[in-house]
Amino acid sequence: MITIRNLRKSYGSNHVLHGIDMDVKAGEFVVMLGLSGAGKSTLLRCMNGLNQPDSGTLQVGGIDLMQTHSRRELARHVAMVFQHHNLVQRLSVRKNVLTGRLGQVGTLASVLQFFKHSDIALADQCLERVGLAHKALERTEALSGGQMQRVGIARALAQQPQVILADEPVASLDPKTARRVLQYLRDATREMGIAVVCNLHQVDYAKEFGDRIVGLSQGRMVFDGTPAQLDDAALNAIYSTDAQPADSATSASHSVHAPTGPWHAGNAQLATSAGAM
Amino acid sequence: MNSPTLNTPRDSWQWTAGRPETTSGWLGYAALALAIGWVLHWSAGGAQMSWGELANGMPQIGDFLARSVPPDLDILPRLWAPALETIQIAIWGTLLSVVLALPLSFVAASNLHGWHWLRRTTRQFLNVVRSINELILALVFVSAVGLGPFPGVLALALHGMGMLAKFFAEAIEEIDDGPLQALRSAGASQLQVIAFGVVPQVITAWIAVVLYRFEVNLRSATVLGMVGAGGLGFELVSSLKLFRYQETATCIIVITVMVIAADMVSNWLRNRIQQGPRH
Repeated sequence: MITIRNLRKSYGSNHVLHGIDMDVKAGEFVVMLGLSGAGKSTLLRCMNGLNQPDSGTLQVGGIDLMQTHSRRELARHVAMVFQHHNLVQRLSVRKNVLTGRLGQVGTLASVLQFFKHSDIALADQCLERVGLAHKALERTEALSGGQMQRVGIARALAQQPQVILADEPVASLDPKTARRVLQYLRDATREMGIAVVCNLHQVDYAKEFGDRIVGLSQGRMVFDGTPAQLDDAALNAIYSTDAQPADSATSASHSVHAPTGPWHAGNAQLATSAGAM
Repeated sequence: MNSPTLNTPRDSWQWTAGRPETTSGWLGYAALALAIGWVLHWSAGGAQMSWGELANGMPQIGDFLARSVPPDLDILPRLWAPALETIQIAIWGTLLSVVLALPLSFVAASNLHGWHWLRRTTRQFLNVVRSINELILALVFVSAVGLGPFPGVLALALHGMGMLAKFFAEAIEEIDDGPLQALRSAGASQLQVIAFGVVPQVITAWIAVVLYRFEVNLRSATVLGMVGAGGLGFELVSSLKLFRYQETATCIIVITVMVIAADMVSNWLRNRIQQGPRH
């Protein structure tokens, strides 16, 4: 479904992706882990044609993204779920889901607010899949954050894609809501055979929901395996910051938190600063 | 446990206003105050501000007012037609300016396309249009299409276009870009992005501006008659020229009532739009 070979991307002298190799099979739920700035978002945006890679191979749903391609054609294969759901607040919930069909319907009819019955039925089915069919006619701004992200998922499903790319879809949600949103995303895509690449910051969600986990560190793939294979050594490789010269000054504190990953880094820093006071 | 300052009876005041901490800071403020004072003095000279003359002129103003009361309500039936004409001029002036301003606003907004030169040219054009007073535009159109309300409509349409396009474009520039990104990634064309992403986000702001513009047009339409462009202004000016101040007072009352009514209607509409659902 997705084929990536030796993909490179840099912004000026800042190399973001140093030769990524990755394959995603149809229907697979892949979670991508990594520190902020590791290149996760850039990789996702490349897969969605929002960023143009410098070199390598990148094929998504049979479309070669290194060649010029049509945005509308790509939208039939790839859909995106955004961190801040990016819904149009003043439109109804159903209309927001219908906007997922925009790439596949005529411009003039849709601008005049005409949609085929089949498209409206599809939108309602997608809402059903995220458990929000009863909210179809409500104004989107009246929903809670978790519900909005579920509408975002329904909109992506309405594109009838083969791949859904989710960029930190639960970053601004509380743990209970986040888990529920991820459940809807996993269940719907599993039933419909859609492949998912999902950026996450929470390792426990990655282990719970991912069929496969990939780890990015400084633009390189440092882990690719099942949730069971994701051990402390792997986490250390993903979240280690040793190679960054900016962090060399704090290398002394690495011994404190290195074995267990970055979640104790904050505590270690707190302890250090408390000691300094 | 309790802080001592709260318990002591002599709780003194502290001045927390922002103020300079250094002598040079205070000197800067003093220089600023001097500069403002000089500008005010300078412009008072140019504008020939003379409070003495105003005080001396008070009797004349009193005389003017005395001759205006009681307003001559007998002419009300005669004002009915021009008042309606004023509203009609304002409606068509506003409508035409909206139609002209819509396409220009999409071009003038900085977040929808990357042709900077086109945006800058459009903005400059709008500035030029706005800088020409409605009365002058009306004079031009009166000489072009003759006396009557139509040149008034054209003048309001052109001047309103300059203002509305600027405000429309500013509303577009304030919208959240996230939904537009989402629509583009769903394969939406530029027109679809505008219809589903831009318009729903700006529509309330736009309607508020249009309603405000209608009020402005209503007031402007009352003075356009001075240059022969129809409406209540013609009655107003002719009564002034004939020194029938009681009739002038009636004209002013009618204009005031119309502006207040327009304000009430637009407030009501604004509230309805902000509450009502939208599909």
